[in-house]
Amino acid sequence: MDITIVFRIAAVGILVAVLNQVLIRAGREEQAMMTTLAGLVVVLFWIIQYISELFDTVQTLFKL
Amino acid sequence: MDIMQIGIIGITAAVLALSVKNQLPQFALMISIIGGILIFMMIMPKISAAMQIFYDIGDKTGIGDIQIGIILKIIGIAYIAEFASQICIDSGESAVASKVELGGKVMILITSMPVIMAMVDLVEKLLP
Repeated sequence: MDITIVFRIAAVGILVAVLNQVLIRAGREEQAMMTTLAGLVVVLFWIIQYISELFDTVQTLFKL
Repeated sequence: MDIMQIGIIGITAAVLALSVKNQLPQFALMISIIGGILIFMMIMPKISAAMQIFYDIGDKTGIGDIQIGIILKIIGIAYIAEFASQICIDSGESAVASKVELGGKVMILITSMPVIMAMVDLVEKLLP
């Protein structure tokens, strides 16, 4: 529960954005799309762990 | 002390989300989701302390644990429904957000059904 996850996601986002631009300039649009999807999936995995932890906490807290 | 941490987490998440928004809107949304989750995780111990006070008040005043439990369950459902619908609104999907809100309302109605039935029975007994 530390703030480094926010920086990690921002770093992946910026990295994918830069890679996107580089690949588009190099004329490989489909690979740019691929890297965006790859970055998206990686970040989604992290986020889903945090969301499931949030929902577990809420469930135990409010006895849902 | 905690409120400053909450403020700082909120501001950094907003700034980072904005910096990534125009190239990759998905990442901006994810950063805002994570910011929301972190802030809630920080205030969670305070909420559980408040819950405990609720239960103590319930014991003192004789309100059964069932009613207090229903109130807490409704608060939990309302919180998760609001969390999900705000994220949908952030990403521009207001139609989906209203469906999530509708689902939350229905769940709250179902959860509070026993209390409604108890009240109706009470009124029925009072009438001659």
